[in-house]
Amino acid sequence: MTDDPIPDDPRPEDPRLALAQSFIHALPHSKALGMQLTDLGEGVATITMPYDPRLIGDPATGVIHGGAISALMDTASGASVMSHPSAPRSTATLDLRIDYMRPATPGQQITARAECHHVTRSVAFIRVTAHDADPTRPVAMGTGTFTLER
Amino acid sequence: MRLPPEPVEVVKSRREAALARLVASVPYIGFLGARFDRRGDELTAHLPFQPMLIGNPMLPALHGGATAAFLEITAIIELSWSNLWEDIESGTMSEIIALPKTVTFTVDYLRSGLPRDAYARARVNRSGRRFASVHVEAWQDNRLKPFAAATAHFLMP
Repeated sequence: MTDDPIPDDPRPEDPRLALAQSFIHALPHSKALGMQLTDLGEGVATITMPYDPRLIGDPATGVIHGGAISALMDTASGASVMSHPSAPRSTATLDLRIDYMRPATPGQQITARAECHHVTRSVAFIRVTAHDADPTRPVAMGTGTFTLER
Repeated sequence: MRLPPEPVEVVKSRREAALARLVASVPYIGFLGARFDRRGDELTAHLPFQPMLIGNPMLPALHGGATAAFLEITAIIELSWSNLWEDIESGTMSEIIALPKTVTFTVDYLRSGLPRDAYARARVNRSGRRFASVHVEAWQDNRLKPFAAATAHFLMP
């Protein structure tokens, strides 16, 4: 075999990840924001969003608007619920609280990692963190609840 | 002696110009395609439907992130607008618009967002020197049936 997968390829050979990636691309708003699913585990999802001047909230600083980061964190959270081992049929956000700890550095990609840490028959509970190029200092953290359709 | 009231066209054009400048200062509002309607000092945000706002294409429903972003821009514009109002009225609005920074944003999804236009209004619950608290609700066909609501805390510029 000559075509070994490239380690940094955002679409690796894992068929489950490839399927989930196509799922994210089927969400028009996530696609419009350039989101890429980079990792999917059992109840854990990581999604990236590139820097884009159209998403700026404050031109004086060039910082991305909180709304775009909310959209990224919401999408990652929904993906983490869908990847939970209980295999829900679908999900929708009930509520999401996001704390913005610092402005994201202009020009840098934003990565959100969400974890679905608990599910009941009808509700999923998530934690989500977003960071820019420096993963040691998150730009935002959130908690949320999602509906579960079984 | 009191000055005579300003002609209505002068007042309207000054307020419209101030609102346009404020809205144009947030590029993300242009990305979403949102607009702001003004009646006196009351603002209503308007999000015309477009396919790229969809999150779930099966239902279809608006993306929760698009809804959250719409609520957040409505809150920021209302807060800035109400703080700038005195300066707008006196014609002393500064050239540089400094926007509040979001500290926390909590959104409740009340029903699924339909693939049609959405509207939102925000209410400033408290506006202090350093912090402000704003509540915002969005609806579609029926004002009394909001599909999402949020509370946000801002750090004032």
